[in-house]
Amino acid sequence: MNIVVCVKQVPDTWAEKKLSDSDKTVDREGVEGVMNELDEYAVEEALRIKEASGGEVTVLTMGPEKAVETIRKALSMGADQAVHLVDSGLHGSDALTTSYALAKALETIPHDLVILGVESTDARMSVIPAMLAERTGAAQLTFARKVEVGDGTVKIERQTDTGYDVVEAATPAIVSVVEKINEPRYPSFKGIMAAKKKPLTTLTLGDAGIESEKVGLAGSGSSVAEFSARPPKQAGQVVKDEGDGGSKLAEFLASQKLV
Amino acid sequence: MSTDVWTTPERAALRAAVRDFCTKEIVPHLDQWERDGEVPRTLHKAAAEAGLLGVAFPEEAGGQGGSIIDQTIVSEELLYAGASSGLLSALFTHGIAIPHLVKSGNADLIDRYAKPTLNGDLIGSLAVTEPDAGSDVAAIRTRAVREGDRYIVNGAKTFITSSTRADFVTTVVRTGEDPHRGISLLVVDTGSPGFSVVRRLEKMGWLCSDTGELAYVDVRVPAANLIGEEGSGFIQVAQQFAGERLGLAVHGYGIAQRALDLTVAYTRQRNAFGRPLISKQVVRHKLVEMTRAVEVSRTYARSITERIAAGEQLFAEAAMAKNQAIEACSFVVNEAVQLHGGSGYMRETEVERHYRDARILGIGGGATEVMNDLIAKALFG
Repeated sequence: MNIVVCVKQVPDTWAEKKLSDSDKTVDREGVEGVMNELDEYAVEEALRIKEASGGEVTVLTMGPEKAVETIRKALSMGADQAVHLVDSGLHGSDALTTSYALAKALETIPHDLVILGVESTDARMSVIPAMLAERTGAAQLTFARKVEVGDGTVKIERQTDTGYDVVEAATPAIVSVVEKINEPRYPSFKGIMAAKKKPLTTLTLGDAGIESEKVGLAGSGSSVAEFSARPPKQAGQVVKDEGDGGSKLAEFLASQKLV
Repeated sequence: MSTDVWTTPERAALRAAVRDFCTKEIVPHLDQWERDGEVPRTLHKAAAEAGLLGVAFPEEAGGQGGSIIDQTIVSEELLYAGASSGLLSALFTHGIAIPHLVKSGNADLIDRYAKPTLNGDLIGSLAVTEPDAGSDVAAIRTRAVREGDRYIVNGAKTFITSSTRADFVTTVVRTGEDPHRGISLLVVDTGSPGFSVVRRLEKMGWLCSDTGELAYVDVRVPAANLIGEEGSGFIQVAQQFAGERLGLAVHGYGIAQRALDLTVAYTRQRNAFGRPLISKQVVRHKLVEMTRAVEVSRTYARSITERIAAGEQLFAEAAMAKNQAIEACSFVVNEAVQLHGGSGYMRETEVERHYRDARILGIGGGATEVMNDLIAKALFG
């Protein structure tokens, strides 16, 4: 089974994230870029499927030049090759246009399965997997906490608020994964050295047949009108234990969907 | 693009992977392992799966095929990211236990010991020191007598790192009367009848690194477990000294860097007399002196490491790198505790552990005075 893993470079999870004043997009230059954490689980799952049943794993990344660091990490974990969609015309693309660009790039890579993390830690829209399924006509299997591949089929356990659903589809399919699914491996020294020699194809808008007016800031259907800094932290809620402290605590955790 | 061998994209990626591993797999458990007095086998397995155990060992021996520079990056980053010198000594004991065996090229020994060790399945120790012989390796008395296709080993070893957990102990034994040419290296399985861990030693620091005292009473060891030629043990051990000393130099400046980072962070957030500590000149100057000690030690040790990686034999320089880094480390951890005030003396404060851990570095792997003797001999004859 040939698998494409969509991997995004995001600002370091712990770094202070900023929007640029000029065009109101995420400032990606001033902070260290890392692989979106959930995508590590996607890479791991793809590698496990490959190790169990063969095929090739291709990394697909849309992002500026700098995103190649993240591509290298996915390759050093064990992916076979990578496609980097990089073009200044893509700058400022929203989710809708990103899904269009990724869908076009996917057309250049033969595959049975696309695996992604459920969301990126910078935008946190969690819509790209569904949009990609819609655009490519592939089956949509999202929020997977377990993936099983069969002969031309994929079955997942779809995480829900109360448990899980079993969802099955024929390939091609788009699968998004949650962090419960596995423990991502660390890139080894050998893997890092091997990654240097793995094929990395770069695609421009033209190469992928992407119409430039449909992407980027101008092509996006949504735009950031204004933004302001996060308000300072508010004081926490104090719960006084009057014999019902335990249930109040449970209520709070449930309201935050933590239990 | 920088031509610095320490900051190539691959080495930056290695550093990032090591930091990630350390943050997730080591730091959350270190206090518990300190209390346990050892690190678990699962850590060896996890580190092996991440490719960390054999970075500088050849691929034929189950390693990753990197150089001493790559190994240095691994050690540095583990220390900078919050592991400890004791943790490194426990997890990387094979760094002193198997290099002779790997260098001998003995395929049988490599298959039986090196590969499973680098795979995280076996733990090995190196036993040199005896109750009456430490830095003076030629004085060791543990004796191996050849009888047919085996050796009969009798003697005692002490201060042996990881030996209470070890599956095998690379043991320095006397096979002849000549002080140097009468020494050989034997791999002894710890399950062999007659081999025993007499006691687990309690130490000042390196608490997560177990240390044992060993007894060998008529232990039968297959002659196939002899590393290299009989009588070549002294030279084999001596050949590894430069690498071991540079490794301890990394412990020295690595701990010092970590203690310095923690101290800078602490003095920034700690207020006294209405201002952050770091705003006071006496503190700032102290932090600068600590930084200078770390920088100089690291730069010198790395320069020697680069030359050794390029094939030079630099025994005196490696010894100087060790002494320099350890002197810097002693100074830095002491000041780190001082600048942390009362909390610096508390078990729950990280610099307290580094202070205790640092004390062994000028004693183990060749005491500071022995290093100085060796350097003096190289310089003045």
